Amino acid sequence: MDFVNAIILLLNYIFIPALTYGSQLALGAIFVTLIYGILRFANFATGDMMSFGTMATILFTWYFQSLGVSLGVLPTALLAIPFGIIFMILYMLLIDKFVFKYYRYQKSPPVQFAMVSIGVMFVTQAVVRIIIGPSDRRFFDGEKFIIKAREFKEMTGLNEGLALKSTQVITIFVTIVLVSLLFWFLNRTKTGKSMKAYSDNEDLALLSGIDPKKIVLVTWVIAGILATIGGALYGLDKSFKPFTYFNNMLPIFAAAIVGGIGNPFGAFLGGYVIAFSEILLTYAYKKFFMYVLPESMEPNSLVQLLSTDYKFAVSFSILVIVLIYRPSGIFKGKVL
Amino acid sequence: MRKNLNVIAAYTIMMVLILMVGIFQSWNIALSIFNLCLISAVMTMGANIQWGYAGLINFGIMGYTALGGLAAVLISVDPVQEAWRAGGFDILMSLWLIVVMVLVIRFVLKRFDKSKIRTYSIAAIIISGILLIRFSAEPGIEAIEAVDPAKTGFLGGFGLPIIFSWIVGALFAGGLAFIVGKVALGLRADYLAIATLLISEIVIAIIKHEDWLTRGVKNVIGLKRPAPYEVDLQTTDWFISLVEKFNSGKLSIIENLADRQAALNQLVIEGSSVFVKLCYSGLFLVVVIILLILTQKALYSPWGRMMRAIRDNEEAANAMGKNVVKQHLLIFILGSAIVGIAGAMLVTQDGLFTPGSYRPMRYTFLIWVMVIVGGSGNNFGAILGGFVVWFLWIEAAPISLFLINFFTAGIPETNALKAHLIESVPYFRFLLMGLGLLFIMRYRPKGILPEKIEIK
Repeated sequence: MDFVNAIILLLNYIFIPALTYGSQLALGAIFVTLIYGILRFANFATGDMMSFGTMATILFTWYFQSLGVSLGVLPTALLAIPFGIIFMILYMLLIDKFVFKYYRYQKSPPVQFAMVSIGVMFVTQAVVRIIIGPSDRRFFDGEKFIIKAREFKEMTGLNEGLALKSTQVITIFVTIVLVSLLFWFLNRTKTGKSMKAYSDNEDLALLSGIDPKKIVLVTWVIAGILATIGGALYGLDKSFKPFTYFNNMLPIFAAAIVGGIGNPFGAFLGGYVIAFSEILLTYAYKKFFMYVLPESMEPNSLVQLLSTDYKFAVSFSILVIVLIYRPSGIFKGKVL
Repeated sequence: MRKNLNVIAAYTIMMVLILMVGIFQSWNIALSIFNLCLISAVMTMGANIQWGYAGLINFGIMGYTALGGLAAVLISVDPVQEAWRAGGFDILMSLWLIVVMVLVIRFVLKRFDKSKIRTYSIAAIIISGILLIRFSAEPGIEAIEAVDPAKTGFLGGFGLPIIFSWIVGALFAGGLAFIVGKVALGLRADYLAIATLLISEIVIAIIKHEDWLTRGVKNVIGLKRPAPYEVDLQTTDWFISLVEKFNSGKLSIIENLADRQAALNQLVIEGSSVFVKLCYSGLFLVVVIILLILTQKALYSPWGRMMRAIRDNEEAANAMGKNVVKQHLLIFILGSAIVGIAGAMLVTQDGLFTPGSYRPMRYTFLIWVMVIVGGSGNNFGAILGGFVVWFLWIEAAPISLFLINFFTAGIPETNALKAHLIESVPYFRFLLMGLGLLFIMRYRPKGILPEKIEIK
């Protein structure tokens, strides 16, 4: 029985939260990696673009709520996400037309692109803060829990409860569906294949008659979908605050690079690598050992490798180590 | 003279703008803008050395600034004797353990050839070392943090004048830059940017959470000052007579003696804070001028020419026998050290150290905007960038408030849109910075004062 308790404990405090957080990171990381692979720059406006998409989703959620439209047990935001995506894509295309296009035609070095994306970051941040303000917003409605910890205890008679939030299930489910669709698109359709070709060798792709304008357009559309859904899922699960989104850019970058930048599948797994290592290294295992070990060997301390304050630092350290020892990432991406 | 006309014109306009703030808003605001402009100028000089001279992209400015600030605390605060007695021994032991660990790793690296076993054993040494240090330092850290946590709860510093911290801050930042440079400088430009950004976040995390050293988010307040205190000035005779002399015209109009005294008191209070700010301005100006002379000399020296050669064509410079790796590391350290000085200056001026306030937006990206806008590779340009961008950063809110009121003059005050816009005035500075950066990058990619290479 103790062993089952220990497993439930790990599931409740490590596995499910890490899977959720990892899914949110993975979507952002694929966004970064696509922009990097096809448009060839590190997009420092990642976090803020995600917050823009989330903002649009929130505004539509409020609008639907004021109309009295709802999805019952599911959050209304799911209904608003498609509209948020449209706004996000429009905003991205606008920015591409007025900002990035010029540098693409100039064939500017990646550093200049990165600088320009910092300008975009500032502007996007201002737009989001001016429209919705800098404060913390919750826009979740509907049923909060699928399984409550107490009910689980009563049901199974175990000491440890397993709480399953509906946002966690939605996040994981939506991520799996979206990522499967994306990989199907990239590997099976003609447009997806031409995107890959363009990413591998631009000149060769142009020679074989691939239209670069179409590739760029499709890339921004996919990026808009990923950014909005990733941002909205994060906001549903936790809460929406522009500053947090800006900060999330850093673990997202870490996930993209750890997975091998330019490689969408690597970015997807990289999100989970970062999320799991953050949570595994900062979790206090005292209770776990109390269940597993005999009474005489129970630990006195918290058995915590690092204090939770260093959560971010863990992912950054992993990134730095990967950059030094395996610059192409765990799953071979572009060699830096 | 003629060829420097644009430099002179740009700086004159900048000075006139600051003077206008002094005349129309208040001299206090003008001077605090001016002081922070000077500090920003030091930071941009550091970033400009790395980016403009050598083409190294460093997004870790925030980390070096914070280290400089930490130096200010560690130098100027009086040591907390009780904390040293409680946990000093444990901390010193842990320090020794770190030194031993580094020596062992060096030994392993030197002694054995590169192999998988060597890599794994180094990893094992590091992990076991960290665990060992954690366990040995834990009781000491707890004891230190338990010493009067409301007031101290940390080891304190050395109790020296805070001015010394400007040099120590440079050393700290240079030391960190050495480690970061050894690790990350081989990376391609945009990866170097990301890596330095993340490393600076790690530095901030450590400063925020190692309370025994920095007091963490509890902040350190009331640091010593290199300038006199306002309260002391207000009771000093020579200062009061100085204020009286300056304002004799204004005071003589007032007939009533009691009123005149009240007016004088008011002027003394205002004057004291202006005087203190002027003292800081003088100190900062000295630093800026010294650094400017040094960096200008370096730029036009053979060394500067070599750096530009490396920047423009690494392979060619390498083929000419220049040690690119070594020079990159050197310039990375130098630039970061200058940023460290700026960090210490900043904390000196504020008189307080707040680790929570170090955010990449303000301390990394804004500095980069300054460098790009001002003109990378040109020291005068970088300094001007620091001035212009900081000025706009502060004055963006009043300017945008004025503009909003101007354009919505016909709309009543109760209009929801107008109220919302006025409420979000502080965020227009981000918009202004972003648009400014984008326009400069597009239409004047070399900045306001572009780099000029004079071949003598």
